[in-house]
Amino acid sequence: MQTHKMNVKRKRSFGEMLDQASPKLLILPTVLIILFLAIYPLLLSAYLALSRFKLVRGGFELKFVGFRNFKKLLFGSQEYHFLGTVGEILLWEWLLIVIVIAALCRWMFRYLRSAKVTVVGTLGRSVTLVVFSALTVLAFAVLNGTGYPGSLMITLFYVFAGVSIQFVIALGLALLCAQNIRGKNFFRMVFFIPIMVTPVGIAYAFRMLMDMSQGPFSPLWTLFGLGEFSWAADASMARWVVLIGDSWQWIPFLFMVLFAAIESQSKDQVEAAQLDGAGAWRIFKDITFPAIAPVAATAVLIRLIEAFKIIDLPNILTNGGPGIATESMTLHSFIAWRTQDLGGSAAVGYSLLFIAVVVCVSFFNFIGQKTQPKGA
Amino acid sequence: MSVKPKSLWQKMWEPKDLQSMAPATKVLSYSILLFWTFIVLFPLYWLFVTSFKLPIQVSDGPYYIPFIDFEPSLHAWEYIFIDLGRDTLRPYMNSIIIASSSTVLAVFIGSMAAYALTRIEYKPKVGSIVGFIVILGLVVYLTVVVKMQWQLTLSIGFALFVSFVFAFSRYFKRSLGNNDILFWIISQRIMPPVVSVLPIYIMFQQLGLLDTHFALIVTYMAVNLPIAVWLMRDFFARIPVELEESAMLDGASRMRVFLTIYMPLAKPGLAATTMLILILSWNEYLLALFLSTADAQTMPLMVAAQNATRGPQWWYMSVLIVVMIVPVLIAAGFIGKMISKGQLSGAVKG
Repeated sequence: MQTHKMNVKRKRSFGEMLDQASPKLLILPTVLIILFLAIYPLLLSAYLALSRFKLVRGGFELKFVGFRNFKKLLFGSQEYHFLGTVGEILLWEWLLIVIVIAALCRWMFRYLRSAKVTVVGTLGRSVTLVVFSALTVLAFAVLNGTGYPGSLMITLFYVFAGVSIQFVIALGLALLCAQNIRGKNFFRMVFFIPIMVTPVGIAYAFRMLMDMSQGPFSPLWTLFGLGEFSWAADASMARWVVLIGDSWQWIPFLFMVLFAAIESQSKDQVEAAQLDGAGAWRIFKDITFPAIAPVAATAVLIRLIEAFKIIDLPNILTNGGPGIATESMTLHSFIAWRTQDLGGSAAVGYSLLFIAVVVCVSFFNFIGQKTQPKGA
Repeated sequence: MSVKPKSLWQKMWEPKDLQSMAPATKVLSYSILLFWTFIVLFPLYWLFVTSFKLPIQVSDGPYYIPFIDFEPSLHAWEYIFIDLGRDTLRPYMNSIIIASSSTVLAVFIGSMAAYALTRIEYKPKVGSIVGFIVILGLVVYLTVVVKMQWQLTLSIGFALFVSFVFAFSRYFKRSLGNNDILFWIISQRIMPPVVSVLPIYIMFQQLGLLDTHFALIVTYMAVNLPIAVWLMRDFFARIPVELEESAMLDGASRMRVFLTIYMPLAKPGLAATTMLILILSWNEYLLALFLSTADAQTMPLMVAAQNATRGPQWWYMSVLIVVMIVPVLIAAGFIGKMISKGQLSGAVKG
C-alpha cells in the first residue's frame, strides 16, 4: 500500500527502525482487525446470500444459485415477509407520492445545474433518488390500511419514527435541564440510567409493565375500560409498544450528547438576545439550534446506525408478532437462520446493509455536512 | 399615563430578571423533569420489587409496595445466588472479563489509529486496495467453493498480495486520504451484526475457538473499534500540534508522544469513549448468542434463558437484571468523575 524505500544510508538501531515504521504500526492493528472481522465476513456472506445452504451428512453443502434468494424476497414466496402485502393506493396518495418524488428530482436537478458536479456525487445522488422514491411508493402501498407491511417497512418505521421521537424528547429534556434549575446533576445522572440496562432486560421489563391485567398500570386500563384489550394482538399498537421500549433506552444517549452541547455553548449571545427582548423560541431557533446542529447531526447519525440493528426488543416483547407485524429485518434474518435458510438469512442481512448504507450515507452527506460551520 | 396593573396571569409568565425564570415556567419545567424522572425510574423500581415477589404475587397482580401490599421474599435471590451459585457466577465473571478486556483493547487500539489519522498523512493507493479485495475474494472462493485448506489459501493470498504490491504499486497514481480511511472505518459500524455473525461463527469454528472468551473479546473489540476511532479522533484533533512538534524536536519518538502526551491530555475523551463501549459490550446479545453456548455464556444470555418452558420466570429475571446494572453503575461513577463538564459534546463533533 505504501512505497517502499529500501535505500538504507547507515546502520540503524532497532528503536530507530521502530520509530521509522511507527506511522504504519499505529494504524495497522485497526486495519487488520477490520479486514479480518469486517471485510472477510462481508465477502463470505455475500457468497452465502447467493447460494443455497443444505445440511448433508458430516457437514453442509453450499450450492450457488445466483440472485434467487433476493428474487424470493422481492417477488417470490417471501415477498409478503420482506416487502409486505401491497394494498390499494388512492388517488390523493398518488398525488402525495408524486409531490415527494418531484421534490427529490428538483433537488437532483439543482445539483446537476450547480458548478460542483462530480461523477461520484451524481452516482450517489441517483442511488439516493431511486431508493427513496421506491421506498415512498412502498410506504404508501403497505401502510395505508389496505396492505400489510413487511420487515423492510417495519424496520424503517422503527428507524424514522423512533429516531425523530427520541430526538425531539431528548432535545426538549436537554433544553429544560440546561436552564437555571436546581438539581441539574441529579437529573442528568438519572436520565442517563436507562442506557445502562441490557436491551434484553428492558424488553422483559416492558413486557411486565405493559401487561394489561397484572401490570402496574392495570387499574388504569380497567378504569378506561381497556382491561380486556390486548396490545400484543393489535399490529400497530404492538409496534408502538416496541418503539416505546426502544425510546426509553435510547433517549438517554441523545440527551447526554445534546445536553453537553448546549452546556458548552457560549452564553454571551443568548444574553445579548435576551436583552434585545428576543423570545425563547427565537433564541432557540436562531442561536442555540445552529450552535448545537453539528453535534446533533453526528449524534443522530450514530443513533440511525444503531437503530437499523433493532432485534432484542421485538424478539422478546412480541416475538415479531402478531403475525409479522413487529418483525424487524434483523429479526427476520435471525428467524431465517433458525430455520436453516442460511442463504435467505444472508440475503435479508445484505438488503438491510444496503438500505442502512443508503440512508446513513445520504444523511451524512446531505444533512450532516450542511450543519458544519465551515460549509462544504 | 399610569402603568396598567398586571394581571396575575401575566405575572406568572414574566420573569423578574434575566437570570431567573417566571414562576409558571419554573413549575412547568420542574413538573416535566420530575415526570421524566418517574418514567425513567419506574421500570427499574418495578424490576426491583418484582425480584422480591413470590410467583403467586406476580400472577395475582399488581402489588406495588413491599411490606404494605405484599410480604417480600428472598426466594428468587436465594435461587440465583445459592441454588444456582456457580452457574450464576460463571456468566457474571465471563461478562466482566469479556466486556472489560474488549473495551480496553478497543479503546487503546482505536486511540492509536485515531492519533495516527489526526497527525500523520496516509496515502493508500486505489490500485493496491482493488488488488487486495480481488485477492481476498479469491481466497474466500478457493476456501469455500473449491474447499482448499484455509491455511494454504490464506498464505497463497498473502504471498500474492505482497508480490503484487512490490511489483505494481509504483504504477498506481490515484490515492485516497485520511478522511477516506476514517469513513471506511466508520462504515464498518453500519454493517448489521446479523450480516457478519455467520462468517465469524464459521471462522471461529474452523479455529476451534467457539465458546471461548477469546472469540467474544476479539469480536466485541472489532465491532466497537470504529466507535473508538471516531470519538477519539476528535479529542486528539483539539490538542495543539505545537506540543507534539516541540516533543519531537527534543527527540521523542512517535509512540512516546502518543503515550505520554496525547493519551493523558485526552483523558476526558478516553473516559467518555470507554464508558460508551463498555455499556455496548456489556449488554450485547446477538453476537454472544451465536458465539457462546456454555463456558463463555454472558449475562444477557442468562437473562433470556429465564424464559423457560414454564413461561418467563419474572422473579429470577428481575434479580439478574438488577444485578447486571450494578457493575455498570459503579463503572459509571468512577468514569464519570473523569468526564468534566462539556467534554462529551466535543467527543461527537463530526
